[in-house]
Amino acid sequence: MAFLEIERAFKGYGPKWDRTEVLADINLEVEVGEFVAIVGFSGAGKTTLINLLSGLVTPDRGAARFDGKPITGPGPERGIVFQNYSLLPWLTVHENIALAVDQVFPQWTAAQRREQVGKFIAMVNLTPAAGKLPRELSGGMRQRVAVARSLAMGPKVLLLDEPLSALDALTRANLQDQITRIKREDDTTILLITNDPDEAILLADRVIPLTAGPNATLGMSVPVTIPRPRDRKTIADHPDFKRIRLELVEYLLKSAHSRKATLDRKLVLPDIEPEDLSLPRPVLPWIGRRGPIRRSEIKTAVVEVEK
Amino acid sequence: MRAYCELSQLGKTFPSPKGAAVIVKDFNLKMQKGEFVCLIGHSGCGKSTVLSMVAGLSSVTEGGIILLGKELTGPGPDRGVVFQSPSLLPWLTAFENVMLGINQVFYTASKAERRQIADYYLTVVGLGDAMHKRPAELSQGMRQRVGIARAFALKPRMLLLDEPFGMLDALTRYELQQVLLDLWRTERITALMVTHDVDESLFLSDRIVCMTDGPEATIGDIVPVSFPRPRNRKAIMEHADYAPLRSRLMQFLEVGAHDRIPYVALPASQASVAASV
Repeated sequence: MAFLEIERAFKGYGPKWDRTEVLADINLEVEVGEFVAIVGFSGAGKTTLINLLSGLVTPDRGAARFDGKPITGPGPERGIVFQNYSLLPWLTVHENIALAVDQVFPQWTAAQRREQVGKFIAMVNLTPAAGKLPRELSGGMRQRVAVARSLAMGPKVLLLDEPLSALDALTRANLQDQITRIKREDDTTILLITNDPDEAILLADRVIPLTAGPNATLGMSVPVTIPRPRDRKTIADHPDFKRIRLELVEYLLKSAHSRKATLDRKLVLPDIEPEDLSLPRPVLPWIGRRGPIRRSEIKTAVVEVEK
Repeated sequence: MRAYCELSQLGKTFPSPKGAAVIVKDFNLKMQKGEFVCLIGHSGCGKSTVLSMVAGLSSVTEGGIILLGKELTGPGPDRGVVFQSPSLLPWLTAFENVMLGINQVFYTASKAERRQIADYYLTVVGLGDAMHKRPAELSQGMRQRVGIARAFALKPRMLLLDEPFGMLDALTRYELQQVLLDLWRTERITALMVTHDVDESLFLSDRIVCMTDGPEATIGDIVPVSFPRPRNRKAIMEHADYAPLRSRLMQFLEVGAHDRIPYVALPASQASVAASV
């Protein structure tokens, strides 16, 4: 039995007469210490999928299990990092993290809890900013606070819901390196959701595509065979990188394409040419009205030029 | 041979307190009919300035732009523009947004025909079942599809694209590149596109114009791209020329763009690589 598991799960929203089936037949198994990335389009249902694991939503059918037990609600053993940081704006960095630590470790002494908070602030290199409010921090720093808050609870698995999508390229690269470091040092089990195939391949041990919704489902898992440590500058030259990326992108684009090809309607494109709007329009257009110029009426003449 | 569109000694100067600020200088480019040209360079080098001068949205201060033998003086429906953000009117549906331009350009056609045009292009870009939604109900990728449909629907003589996929996530970007390429292949509209994505420019274009860093930005290199069409992403990435071309462009962006060695145009016969029809 896998550490983190989803078995034949379905999830949809809305009343019966206007229902959107978001996820269909989701099967996922994540082992201890594994770093798995799920790549999919925006709006495919990636957040719904991670919410099944965090316990924020329950599947309509099927089951989500953690360590053999069904997931019934959120818990500190599963830390989540959201795309929009979700920090309390009136609390400082230290207080935001302390909130989580105090909840999870009520039996500890105040000094122990303070030490725990300080340790994780240092881990994401935010010690100088510990007394600042979220609004005084950049997007990348806020996201690091959110990562520190999740890790300070001592979770057994880290669920990352597009944590880097809202950040600029440079900050993104910086945080990717920090995630890699956390993974290497603590050997945490991580599930990353992203819409960037390159990011998934750079970070994860295994990448699973999520097909375009509605009725999104997980595709074949692709193992990332590129050895660690991986360097973002040279990884693009690795032959496996190109192969894996192409495989993922082709699969995802195909899933999006097949979804659209269902539309069957007769289309007509009139063969008319645009009018030249630099010419004056007739003052009374309904007098001596002419139709548009048809492409079929355009005469092409071959002109011979004398030498 | 006369070019379809010619940018001749094009320059852009802004007055500033410290004297004139020269953004673009001595930009010479000839485009053939049906050619797809990409303009790449670092952010802020003046790529978009060149494009908006061609669009007629920014005044030309030196040189000139000639389209089909006539000098351009302002914006017009003969040049369709796709902006980075789709710039749709939020109170109109996708369909109404596209109809806005069609009603102007095809004013002699019947209403039914005008509606057919909008319906055709919106369906071709993949919005067959969402064309009567307002922009707020559409995702960023879908809004940009409306922007593409709106530009093509006017049957422009030239298509101008200003980093049209810059705000999209990687997957949506791939998807829309395909949409653009499929539509472009059926219509064969001469296109000029600004991008800073090397892979995107290799996938789409016939020629890549590399711009040096500003101020006084100009053409640093012109790279012909001769992959056969119709193009397939997989085949292109595995093509023997792909890696050398890519590294040539990367090399330019990393090193060459900072050198101020203006590009010396070859004689017209060699420089203008006709679109591989």
